[in-house]
Amino acid sequence: MVSRRDFVRVCTMAGAAVGMSTTTVSQIVEAAARGLKPSVVWLHFQECTGCTESLLRTSHPGIAEVILDLISLDYHETLFAASGHQAEAVLQDTIKKNAGKFICVVEGAIPTKDGGIYCQIGGRTAVDILNDVASKAGAVIAIGSCASWGGIPSADPNPTGATGVPMILKGKPVVTLPGCPSNPYNFLGVALQYATLGTLPKLDELGRPLFAYGRTIHEHCPRRAHFDAGRFANTFGDEGHRQGYCLYKLGCKGPMTHANCSTLAFGEVVDCWPIGIGHPCVGCTEQKVAFRIAMHDTVPIDRPVPPDTYAPVHTEQGRISPAATAVAGVIGGVLLGAGYVASRKIGEADEVKVTPLDNTGGV
Amino acid sequence: MTVMPQAVGGRILTRPFRALAALFGIGAMLILYRLATGLGQVTAMNDGYPWGLWIAFDVVTGTALACGGYSVALLVYILNKGKYHTLVRPAILTSALGYTLAGIGVGLDVGRWWSVWRVPVFIWRWNLDSVLLEVALCIMAYTLVLWIELSPAFLEKAEQVGSPAVIRLASRAKPIVEKVLLWIIALGILLPTMHQSSLGALMLIAGPRLHPLWNTGWLPLLFLLSCLAMGYAAIVFEAVLSSWLFRSVPERRMLAELGQAMVPLAVAYAGLRLYDLAMRGQIGALFALDLYSVMALLEFALMMVGAFILLSDARRARLDHLFRAAMLFMLAGSLYRFDTYLVAFRPGAHWAYFPSVTELLVTVGLISGEIMLYIVIVKVFPILTLEKRHVAYHH
Amino acid sequence: MTRRTAFKLALAGAAATMARPAAAAVPLGAPADAVGLLYDTTKCIGCKACMVACREANGLAPDTGQSGGLHLMPVDLNEKTKTVIKLYRDGDKSSFVKAQCMHCVDPACASACMLGAFKKREFGIVTYDVNFCIGCRYCEVACPYGVPKFEWSKAAPKMVKCELCNHRLAVGKQPACTEVCPRQAVIFGRREDLLREARARLVASPDKYVQKIYGETDGGGTQCLYISHVPFDKIGLPALATDSTPSLQRTIQHSIYKGFAAPVALYGLLGVVMLRNRRSAGDAS
Repeated sequence: MVSRRDFVRVCTMAGAAVGMSTTTVSQIVEAAARGLKPSVVWLHFQECTGCTESLLRTSHPGIAEVILDLISLDYHETLFAASGHQAEAVLQDTIKKNAGKFICVVEGAIPTKDGGIYCQIGGRTAVDILNDVASKAGAVIAIGSCASWGGIPSADPNPTGATGVPMILKGKPVVTLPGCPSNPYNFLGVALQYATLGTLPKLDELGRPLFAYGRTIHEHCPRRAHFDAGRFANTFGDEGHRQGYCLYKLGCKGPMTHANCSTLAFGEVVDCWPIGIGHPCVGCTEQKVAFRIAMHDTVPIDRPVPPDTYAPVHTEQGRISPAATAVAGVIGGVLLGAGYVASRKIGEADEVKVTPLDNTGGV
Repeated sequence: MTVMPQAVGGRILTRPFRALAALFGIGAMLILYRLATGLGQVTAMNDGYPWGLWIAFDVVTGTALACGGYSVALLVYILNKGKYHTLVRPAILTSALGYTLAGIGVGLDVGRWWSVWRVPVFIWRWNLDSVLLEVALCIMAYTLVLWIELSPAFLEKAEQVGSPAVIRLASRAKPIVEKVLLWIIALGILLPTMHQSSLGALMLIAGPRLHPLWNTGWLPLLFLLSCLAMGYAAIVFEAVLSSWLFRSVPERRMLAELGQAMVPLAVAYAGLRLYDLAMRGQIGALFALDLYSVMALLEFALMMVGAFILLSDARRARLDHLFRAAMLFMLAGSLYRFDTYLVAFRPGAHWAYFPSVTELLVTVGLISGEIMLYIVIVKVFPILTLEKRHVAYHH
Repeated sequence: MTRRTAFKLALAGAAATMARPAAAAVPLGAPADAVGLLYDTTKCIGCKACMVACREANGLAPDTGQSGGLHLMPVDLNEKTKTVIKLYRDGDKSSFVKAQCMHCVDPACASACMLGAFKKREFGIVTYDVNFCIGCRYCEVACPYGVPKFEWSKAAPKMVKCELCNHRLAVGKQPACTEVCPRQAVIFGRREDLLREARARLVASPDKYVQKIYGETDGGGTQCLYISHVPFDKIGLPALATDSTPSLQRTIQHSIYKGFAAPVALYGLLGVVMLRNRRSAGDAS
């Protein structure tokens, strides 16, 4: 049995990891305290189990605490002790008992070619299992790139027709958490929010939660200052690489990749991600990038709205000093005035003789 | 001529002189400050307007106003009108001082003034495409020529009042100077013809950045015509002013004739300008009534009003009208140059320039210094040919 | 040889000595080994790496411009900045533009400079030799692109402008800006090759680019070329005729002066007239 103090600590850590406010955290605590542990059914298809393995290595909260205190993990092929008919029975029971309320998590891609025969569990194709389970689920979360859009199994030539959950469950809202592996804290944040508040976070058009996938790596990369200052690593092991300079020229896909790896550490180890260890981002969350664009090819950088910190083509420069204008006015006025007055005086002095010049040439 | 040039004599440190000295003193201090700190601290010039008041006025307009020597040399030595002979020395003095002031102005304006000696010396580096090179060399040479042309006045004075050693030197130098004087004077006509026209050509390099109302291949000739007119105007101005200030007889007939000669120059200048504007389709721009149009119209108006004043015999007989007409000509020519160099030059609407207070005060200081020198020299050396007023003015 | 042939040869010789290549509409004047830059606005992302690299390669002082002393933020080329990235924005249409010396085929600055401090040297690069500069700033007046900048803030000033990193070219490196550019938006090469590349890009994407290579003939041609997706005048590249800007002045000056012939002739004439006048005055007296 875990103390309330530890329990609150666990919930706070979980909430903090995904940026929840203290109010929300207290709601999690309350809901969990009331024993409302949501049921989770975790399906595995064409996957490497990397996403599960990542989840096993979280520590705030740790997986044990998650499973024992926060959720009811009712079906998980990796973590199960059961197998075979026993496991199948549990699955059917769970989805019937918790229909409309359980969270269906999908890990791995779903093959569609040749009737989907390339992944079958208990004699049923992945497509069928997914349709069956998801139809009764309260929420569907696709964890990892494979489940989100097909992942590595879908790389050319994609012999199995591997595809992601949203493409199978057309029309049903699916939260996708791409990544290879997906950052487990993103999953925990979504799951806990659903479990306690019954809501899902704001999603983009691909179903990705904006709190995690709203920005590209380029926009919040720790090496961004080097990019901005034009400091690049040109080859692996050169001086720039040793200094930790920007990896853009080595093919970093950061500018095209939406993810939060740079701000949310994997596995409790800071810098436990590609750029952190000195390898360019490979764009593992993006269908158009990962396993499609060569790892060391550079990508265009899309700047739809440039910031205002640029000089315009013409900047106003030079100024006209009012004091100088005044001084110039005074000088000009004095000169013109003096000239005119002098001419008058000359005229007066000359007034006496206004006769036209005669041939004597005299005055 | 029966009357010879004489030193005017009299007190030098009059009140006006002291006022000029104060202005010069201010200018001199600001000059030292400029030399110590650089142009950015002292002037309002910037990368959009790299040339400002000191070039446009002190150098370009200043030398044009100092073209009296050139104009009178043409009259006396080429057109052979010996009767204007008494106008020569004061005109040459004004020119010498004016060009020296322009030289000082250039020395202040250039950034690396300690390198200026290289320009006449490094002949193997001369870029013969550079109009500025020609202007610089001509102005340097012409300044020298002017002081040489003036030297007989100094030598005469040296012979009168110098110590025996000085007298010996002067009497040995004088014949040498007189022998080469003809060739020096010829240079004194050639050189200004070259550089005053080139001062016009100088701004052509700005190409499309020079406003169409001024941007024409006729600039050299227009500058030459206007500088000749300004030269005669300066002579008239200076002669009338001197006779009034020093209470002497003005040579009215000569001045009236000079006034008459200025009219065809004004007509030629205005006619050529209008013709050129029409040929280039810029008459509309001339009347567009924006800043450029107003400035150009003003240039024409000033010169035409001046010429109009000089058209009638009766008006030319009066000194005040002559004086005003001369001032109008000088103003018109000055404005033309000012406009060509500063107003017509358009680096882009985002640039602004107006001379700083320091630039203005240095210019005023330099001109004050020039006037001071003029006063000292005419009072000490035989420059002016003046008939005393008691003969002329009957009250 | 007949008289006729000799005459024709003499004419040809005279024409050759009087020929002024700069007035030609086709940039024949570009040296055969001319090198330059090609800048493509569609590729530039405004990262300003070029500005940083240029500053470092040229040992320029930082210019915090209008940032209140915080960032490198020059607003234009100036005495501390030999290249600058500016932004043109009009509604949702925008373009970056890199400004630096255009290394013109017939540079106005070199035509203006009295002692040849600015001179077009090897590879057609317009370089600066401070030993022959008096700081008159005529080059600044002359340049149609407003490139040469004067060190207003110094008591011992020089002129400052891009010299295509010729000190790096001398040791076999590229100019700093082209070497660092992450998107190859500005590239270095021989002018002919750059023109060919630019033409190829224009042909390949006729809808993307304005169909003109700026600098091919503009102002007599430049060695730094531009292709763009927005009109050139919007990014600060003025519309210039194919005659180079100094050509009019040069033609007028040389046709009036014909070397030293005209002044010498005029001097002789003046001398003759004055002698004659003096003699007649002597006769009269």
